Amino acid sequence: MDFKSLKITKTAKEKSGGGADLFTVGVSPHVRDADTTTRIMGWVIIALLPLTVYGVYIGGISAFIVIAMSIIGAVGAEYVMQKLMHRAVTVGDLSALLTGLLLGLTLPPRLPFWMPLIGGIVAIVLGKQVFGGLGHNIFNPALVGRAVIFISWSRLMTTSYLSSPQAAVVQTSAIKSINAVTTATPLQTMHNVRDGQAALSASRYYGPLFLGNPWGCIGEVSALLILLGLGVLLYNGLVDWRIPVSYIGTVVTLSWILGMDPLFSALSGGLLIGACFMATDYVTNPMTWWGKVVFAVGCGIITVVLRFYSNLPEGVMFSILVMNGFTPLIDRYLKPRRFGAKRVVSAA
Amino acid sequence: MGLTRQIRRTLLTKGGVHPKTHKYTASMKIAPGPNPERMVIPLSQHIGAPCEPVVEPGQRVLVGQKIGDSKAFVSAPVHSSVSGEVKSIGQFPHPLGNHGLAVEIASDRSGEISPDVRPAGDRVNMTPDEIRRAIREGGVVGLGGATFPTHVKLSPPEDKPIELVIINGAECEPYLTGDHRLMVERTADVIEGALLIRKAVGAKRIVIAIERNKPDAIEVMNDSRKGDDFEVVVLPARYPQGAEKTLIKSVTGREVPAGGLPMDVGVVVDNVGTAVAVRDCIYEGMPVVERIVTVSGDGIAGRGNLKVKIGTSFHELIEYCGGYKGEKGKLLMGGPMMGLAQYTDSVPVIKGTSGIIALAGETVFRQEPAHFVCIRCGRCVRRCPMNLLPYQIGDYCDAGMWEQLEGLNIEDCVECGCCSYICPTKNPLVQLIKVGKEGLDKRKKKIESLSSD
Repeated sequence: MDFKSLKITKTAKEKSGGGADLFTVGVSPHVRDADTTTRIMGWVIIALLPLTVYGVYIGGISAFIVIAMSIIGAVGAEYVMQKLMHRAVTVGDLSALLTGLLLGLTLPPRLPFWMPLIGGIVAIVLGKQVFGGLGHNIFNPALVGRAVIFISWSRLMTTSYLSSPQAAVVQTSAIKSINAVTTATPLQTMHNVRDGQAALSASRYYGPLFLGNPWGCIGEVSALLILLGLGVLLYNGLVDWRIPVSYIGTVVTLSWILGMDPLFSALSGGLLIGACFMATDYVTNPMTWWGKVVFAVGCGIITVVLRFYSNLPEGVMFSILVMNGFTPLIDRYLKPRRFGAKRVVSAA
Repeated sequence: MGLTRQIRRTLLTKGGVHPKTHKYTASMKIAPGPNPERMVIPLSQHIGAPCEPVVEPGQRVLVGQKIGDSKAFVSAPVHSSVSGEVKSIGQFPHPLGNHGLAVEIASDRSGEISPDVRPAGDRVNMTPDEIRRAIREGGVVGLGGATFPTHVKLSPPEDKPIELVIINGAECEPYLTGDHRLMVERTADVIEGALLIRKAVGAKRIVIAIERNKPDAIEVMNDSRKGDDFEVVVLPARYPQGAEKTLIKSVTGREVPAGGLPMDVGVVVDNVGTAVAVRDCIYEGMPVVERIVTVSGDGIAGRGNLKVKIGTSFHELIEYCGGYKGEKGKLLMGGPMMGLAQYTDSVPVIKGTSGIIALAGETVFRQEPAHFVCIRCGRCVRRCPMNLLPYQIGDYCDAGMWEQLEGLNIEDCVECGCCSYICPTKNPLVQLIKVGKEGLDKRKKKIESLSSD
């Protein structure tokens, strides 16, 4: 009897003696983690909320308009672009909203309303959609938007920090004396200090930088709230701690070597929000943990070089954008060690 | 000392995920299964050559009587699980997909045991060769689900000495609790099986590895330790802790070389159920005709750990447990992480059926086929126990960019499914990788055939 040539003469149903209905089939795993893209984006937005609310409180109605316009620009551009390109509209995944919010937080509160709008549009169109949308962009979209505004209207971007009446609540007497000297950002002031144009102690800025700093971008208003936001992200396992730690660590170490107050270098400028919310952007940083460390240390070095040796007071934005460009290269060369490639030390 | 070792073990265990365990049956005693009238026993229940039938339609068979065998080394004979009459031999639905040759038996439900079933000897008197031969005759295969013939596993070449036997009691798949119950209820038999395996491979040490979430099994194992005959190692609870290479790394710190086998690092890993089967086939002479099956899931009215005769149909077993509940969804053989979805419940229980999980329609994960957008969160990279880059391999497999796969070690993938599980965009990464492995194979064969012309 040649069993291999046996034909199937009865269907499974007839042979089974029961169980007529068929089941859903699919490839394992048959269960999935509950986390989704929308949920991740939502958590980052929640992490940014305290900072946003406080930034609007300090910056006043004009700060609110800046954030609102950049969000409208980003979400609107995403919607229009996807409609024009006949793609599924993915505004609901909150990623455009997050881009708009991040852009708004990195802008000074006194910009004319059309500028963040343009920034938001540029961020989505040039920063994201031209590359193919979410997940395909090389550079952080919010920073692309900001860079374009920064280069196009650099004077407005660096002098729109004038404090609002609400800002007075956080002004201690120490700050008032600084306030008499300048309305520039603390980092700008220290830049001037180095150039011999002013004489101030960095430690006088600690308090306001931590709790309420009216001279800076909307999102630079409080280091404490940025760190709170980072805490939310770390608690939910959404970002790798190595990026902010190695980024800030590099800046602090190098600044200290170059003679700047280390704590001041960490708290001032856009470093904290950049290290916690911009450099940690999934799409534009490397995939392996040591790739992330290389990325973050690179950001730190470039930030310090720009802060100390360029005409710009701050270098966070350009440092992250430059390192974004290196991400594919880092991913190509820093791969995980192959399992079983070499023996490891025995534990037993 | 003990603490630092625990910490080192935790540090050594990279990757993995923590799906909801759903181990509702963990404290339910092993209960007898149904005794149906009709059995369908597939002749291929293992990795390796399928068996040829050695019985004929109309012939009377008894429990433990051999009904299929093969001359190939990598194969394991198949035995009847009931007494009765062979009705037909033909193609029947098989839980590993499509159809396969099987023996259909009409059971007389008396359970008359074949005279072939007699003890083979005992551990002290038997030589390693005799133990291996008895294991082969008993049709013992890896009962964790892989179904690799055990006698082959226990025949390492002379240049690969085995130093350590690991008994795998991790049972990291959600829902499944059969191994857990065996460790609690048949502790002495698990240990005896381990000692037999140790003798067969000439190893010095035995480690019984158990996940931390089974404290009763750990306790009872530790309590039955006499002298230094074995060691109990407590592992962190995570999936895939029980995957062979992951398990060996967690227990010993050694990594099985890429493309290699556990014997390359002096280790043999056998499942708890396999150890019990080894013991049963040597001390009682009873081949593998029954196994513990966990029946669970929200699509079934009842649940439990049942001792089921090989060849019982899923349908029969589910009816025995109270039938279906809710809208029909998925029917899985094995756990939800690596189990196989069945299209029909007329397939029989085979040696590799560690569980039957029915997921109700409402809870089945469904997604419209769409273009999955990777947001590069890196979770698949962090969770991959084999240190791969699933997002990249998946991308290249999807696009058929075979040259780009060079150097990404796709062949190392153990298909545990952690990447698919954890992906926030629900990208079916492990599916893409499976497809890619096949695509690569086809391409290689094509190139070979072209170059040989």
